[in-house]
Amino acid sequence: MAASRGTLRTVPMASGAVWLYLRFAATHFRAQMQYPGALALQIIGSALFTAIEFAGVWALLNRFGNVRGWELAEVAVLYGLVMVGFSAAEATGRGFDTFHRQVRGGGFDRVLLRPRHTVLQVAGADFAFHRAGRWLHGAAILVWGLCNAGIAWNPARVILLAETIAGVTVLFLGVFVAVAAVTFWTVQSLELFAIVSNGSVDAGSYPATVYRRFMRHFLFYLVPIGTVTYFPVAALLGRPDPLGTPPWFGWIAPAAAPLFLAAALLLWRLGTRHYSSTGS
Amino acid sequence: MSEPLIEVAGLTKRFRVSAGGSGTTGGSRTLRALVARRKVVTALDEVSFRIGAGELVGYIGPNGAGKSTTVKILSGILVPDAGRCVVAGRVPWRERVAHVATIGVVFGQRSQLWWDLPVIESFDLLRDIYRLQPAAYRETRDELIELLAIAPLLAVPVRQLSLGQRMRCELAAALLHRPRLLFLDEPTIGLDAVAKLAVRDIIRRLQGRGVTTILTTHDLDDVEALCPRVLVIGAGSILFDGSVADLRAGVDRERILTVDLEHEVGSFATSSATVVSAAGRRVVLRYDPTRIPTPRIIEEVARDNDVRDLYIEPQPIDELVARLYRNLELEEA
Repeated sequence: MAASRGTLRTVPMASGAVWLYLRFAATHFRAQMQYPGALALQIIGSALFTAIEFAGVWALLNRFGNVRGWELAEVAVLYGLVMVGFSAAEATGRGFDTFHRQVRGGGFDRVLLRPRHTVLQVAGADFAFHRAGRWLHGAAILVWGLCNAGIAWNPARVILLAETIAGVTVLFLGVFVAVAAVTFWTVQSLELFAIVSNGSVDAGSYPATVYRRFMRHFLFYLVPIGTVTYFPVAALLGRPDPLGTPPWFGWIAPAAAPLFLAAALLLWRLGTRHYSSTGS
Repeated sequence: MSEPLIEVAGLTKRFRVSAGGSGTTGGSRTLRALVARRKVVTALDEVSFRIGAGELVGYIGPNGAGKSTTVKILSGILVPDAGRCVVAGRVPWRERVAHVATIGVVFGQRSQLWWDLPVIESFDLLRDIYRLQPAAYRETRDELIELLAIAPLLAVPVRQLSLGQRMRCELAAALLHRPRLLFLDEPTIGLDAVAKLAVRDIIRRLQGRGVTTILTTHDLDDVEALCPRVLVIGAGSILFDGSVADLRAGVDRERILTVDLEHEVGSFATSSATVVSAAGRRVVLRYDPTRIPTPRIIEEVARDNDVRDLYIEPQPIDELVARLYRNLELEEA
């Protein structure tokens, strides 16, 4: 090995961020497949967990018939969407979800010591493939809801559905990034912020009209899970919004998700700067 | 010194740390962290030094002296409050990605390998992270595998390696991208004697190949065995910069004379040395050769006692450094 000349010859083909992310994913998948039994049990466990949760929704609606005029099938659409988006975000953005552990062990130093973007490295640091169970179950509930909610399908509504699924996933990715970014300032404790991610799952599973004003505003403006689920689903179901938004609003509402993710990434950048000036 | 690879001038870094003992119990830890009283600690106080390309420098100091702060600044993780720092023509924290592509870092206490994966897969991931050209990567990798004798370990998951085996793999991982500058942080910590010697041998050979190396350690034997130059930092300032021999000469000249007697130590008489210990058949003396020449003290001890064997050593380097730190504390008090 001769002394390096300090020049880094790059390989364009292998340099893409997406490609590296997929490499990380494949590597983690193989590592987790070393214990296929454990992985299978976790998948079943996460599906069961969702099933029990949905049983609660069903019990509630069985007792009261509807919530604010939303029937079980309609709530199932909301619930399924949130589960599909949340579990997809959990599986792919797991590195941010468990970021507090990385920070505590000095793992972020190692991230900074490697010549790639911090977001790419942290996202690729952990994957939760067992969330496939929750995703499948969420998808099943979603499909059941969509079939039984009496939706007048047309091509525009199919696009709206795809847009909404993407929006919910992106929103939860944003939540994970934002909560992880906060860790840069409060390395010690996260209880407070775990409420935000878990809370938005529960909150997004019911039509936003069931909540009081304050909570509604929180879900529309601050962590806009309400915005990216309630309005598009209302449009999908052809329901007029009692809050008075025009029907077309549901079609642009999912755009709140990328905006939220962008804000979260900005917070992440501020966080890494803070880390670089404090070293902890 | 050849042209400097690292140039540091007036580097200053202060941290705000919680003063602790705020007395509140219960409540959220987050809240307590936010309201805790802060005080400012100066980790680095106008530190300046230059390191030439190809040097192997030992960087030592007690805990909290500013060692890791310096290394973090040099490696682009940490931004200083004031001062200049240029590594290979770059300001590390301004061009983090370009900078870290040319350095390697080994932490003795933390692994950079993927715990559940076979070693070779970690190497392949690093190839992609550093965007190495496949042919160049294979060449470097194979050289390192031979140099570090890790061929039998490549298929083993990292978690199954012994510490010594892992350290050799960590070294390889840190060198795959052919860094110009290598930071070794406590590379021999926890290693048994054989592994320690093996790692030292490797470091020596790497340096022979032109990799500029900064070794931070508490193991002063490492420094003495490896580093022609040593930087000592204490309380945020460079206390010493020179060779280990000069460090000895500068701090004190005292030597240790160990005397083995033919009989149990009864009364041991000497007027020209300090008795450090006397037990069994062994007496350990400390003397200053500038005040009493070594031949004279040997003559004197051999004349007055029934000597079977004796040998002279320099003061252990730990002692020297401890003394350096103590002097510093006296100055501060």
